[in-house]
Amino acid sequence: MALLQIAEPGESAAPHQHKLAVGIDLGTTNSLVATVRSGLAVVLNDELGRPLLPSVVHYEADGRNEVGYEAQARQALDPRNTIGSVKRFMGRGLHDITHRESMPYEFESSAEAPGMVRLRTAGGVKSPVEVSADILRTLRLRAEVALGGQLVGAVITVPAYFDDAQRQATKDAAKLAGIPVLRLINEPTAAAIAYGLDNAAEGVYAVYDLGGGTFDISVLNLSKGVFEVLSTGGDSALGGDDFDQRIFCWILEAAKLLPLSVEDARLLLTRAREAKEYLTYHGVAPVTTRLNSGEVVDLELTTETFGEISQTLVAKTLQPVKKALRDAGLTVFDVKGVVMVGGATRMPQVQHAVGEFFKQDPLNNLDPDKVVALGAAMQANLLAGNRAPGDDWLLLDVIPLSLGLETMGGLVEKIIPRNSTIPAARAQEFTTFRDGQTALAVHVVQGERELVSDCRSLARFELRGIPPMVAGAARIRVTFQIDADGLLSVAAREQTSGVEASVTVKPSYGLSDDEIAGMLKDSLAHTKDDAFRRALKEAQVEAQRLIDAVQSAIKSDGELLSAEQRTRVEAAIIKLQTAALSESRRHLTLAMDDLEAETKDFAARRMDKSIRRALAGKSIHQLEAAGNPSQTQVSKGEAE
Amino acid sequence: MAVTLSERAAKHVANYLKKRGKGVGLRLGVRTSGCSGMAYKLEFADSVLSDDIEFESHGVKVLVDPKSFPYLDGTELDYTREGLNEGFKFNNPNVKDACGCGESFNV
Repeated sequence: MALLQIAEPGESAAPHQHKLAVGIDLGTTNSLVATVRSGLAVVLNDELGRPLLPSVVHYEADGRNEVGYEAQARQALDPRNTIGSVKRFMGRGLHDITHRESMPYEFESSAEAPGMVRLRTAGGVKSPVEVSADILRTLRLRAEVALGGQLVGAVITVPAYFDDAQRQATKDAAKLAGIPVLRLINEPTAAAIAYGLDNAAEGVYAVYDLGGGTFDISVLNLSKGVFEVLSTGGDSALGGDDFDQRIFCWILEAAKLLPLSVEDARLLLTRAREAKEYLTYHGVAPVTTRLNSGEVVDLELTTETFGEISQTLVAKTLQPVKKALRDAGLTVFDVKGVVMVGGATRMPQVQHAVGEFFKQDPLNNLDPDKVVALGAAMQANLLAGNRAPGDDWLLLDVIPLSLGLETMGGLVEKIIPRNSTIPAARAQEFTTFRDGQTALAVHVVQGERELVSDCRSLARFELRGIPPMVAGAARIRVTFQIDADGLLSVAAREQTSGVEASVTVKPSYGLSDDEIAGMLKDSLAHTKDDAFRRALKEAQVEAQRLIDAVQSAIKSDGELLSAEQRTRVEAAIIKLQTAALSESRRHLTLAMDDLEAETKDFAARRMDKSIRRALAGKSIHQLEAAGNPSQTQVSKGEAE
Repeated sequence: MAVTLSERAAKHVANYLKKRGKGVGLRLGVRTSGCSGMAYKLEFADSVLSDDIEFESHGVKVLVDPKSFPYLDGTELDYTREGLNEGFKFNNPNVKDACGCGESFNV
């Protein structure tokens, strides 16, 4: 029979209605899947009780593939068809990938594969999305067997620095693997959730993530239950494997070994890793082995020696940490807690160095290999609706840069400010600028600057079919909506006629982390300058509006002006047009004041005229209504 | 008669309660639904209700509402592992037949 889990009070699922949700840590080196069982987050092991799934896929000519340890075992024998570390290729074009020549893979040229890279394998051409999907599918099957049912969804973690293209590629991979994505969340955020920091005091937290081959540091700010990524940094070529390498070199030197065969090197590297892991819990690690060459290695590695030979590696991780803090404008004393993530953080010298740097003991009582997956599982459990009553907090991410649209004069009107929590929807009303305007161009931009030319253009679309009206009469509601994964859709709707147009912003327009950082820096540096330019632009737009209004008034009610007055008004218009071209706001304001003064009398007369017209109209209408009541009835009915 | 927990089940429940940080015990119940008429309820209990029937099993408080009790009397809740899956299992002597998966049953 089905095995049951304990639910929160009142939350027992109906039979066959269990909301099975998992968290997936789709890692560069290893991946994991976790779930919440009876209120407790646990990692789901494979049949052999192993929690990790190596993120490696081996493709065969007959179309079959192997994922995980089996694939890893093929790596040495068939490197070209065994894809590892595919995460580095997600959402990346060929030109984005450095050290391509040192990789054993066969890439399609950019002419064959514009956009994301593609790899030629015995099993056919594979995109990183497909390779990731094969890993995710294996995890999905593991979860479905372990939970006894179909998943309602998963939360998948991505590095904080992943841009839109990389996030979209991850979502696509999940879709391909048949996994409904509840949400993508940042890895450091997931780690913080696993430690329950989302319920902790507000403040700044650092997440130190030293994995097998990559190092990431993230500085998060927790405020009102929302984690905001303040800065990220790291080294994409530094990880636990480098520590193995150091021990390997030490063995070679200490045992005075000659150059080794490939097999012997592999064997020694394995011994090196074992020694490293042994030293986490012991003071001395034996290193004994008999090589294929017949030589016998019999050494002892002490914690002290290991500390010495790996000192530079540990120090190397602290450089990005310092930089990340500097980028966030913080010092170590601002950091409230440090979360350790990644198997390599088990090494005592790493723990020690991090503790010393931050002047506090790092959080390390959860398994650093599992902490990201556990946090993702907790989030998935909430999103799937398995939360306790009253426990309705929902962790949110924020948008890194403001979103807005272009208004007259190339100005940006921000609709959703940066650091707004997502999902978010905001609407604002706009109107037409000219009489009889029937179309409106909507230009969606992202950035912090005041002028469109300084922001990133995301999308453009047109709203057509606006009924001709006087300028300012149309009511166009523009709605910005960002879904939980940060994807934006924008819609415009003219309220009186109901005409609509919309656009969904394609992720290929995504900004990289560096670009975001650069744009933020720019906006701070240009605040004053921008304010001035904005004011000037606004005045120019205002001047044009005044000119248009006066000209259309002359056209319709020109007879109200004497010839002399008309000449003076026209002269004032020309003066204002000239002033609008200059960069002087003072001249512009003076010229506008002049024109307004010249037309004051004219405006008053027009007002009188229109009031008379309105009154006359009303009395006629009243007469008609009195004389023919049935007609009024009909028109009233239509109005409703 | 009574409703009991196996020793293994009690150990898991105690652990879950400790990690959860609140709750007085475990609530078992039945309700009408599912493909064979009735379904089990298995929940954390945050408080004891006035008409609850209380049991104590291996140090864990077990609560059953009086309406459910006739259907559960004599039940032992066990914790088992089946392949990759693990969880709680109702060994209920009152059950005449159950649906294929055992999630809902008839008495």
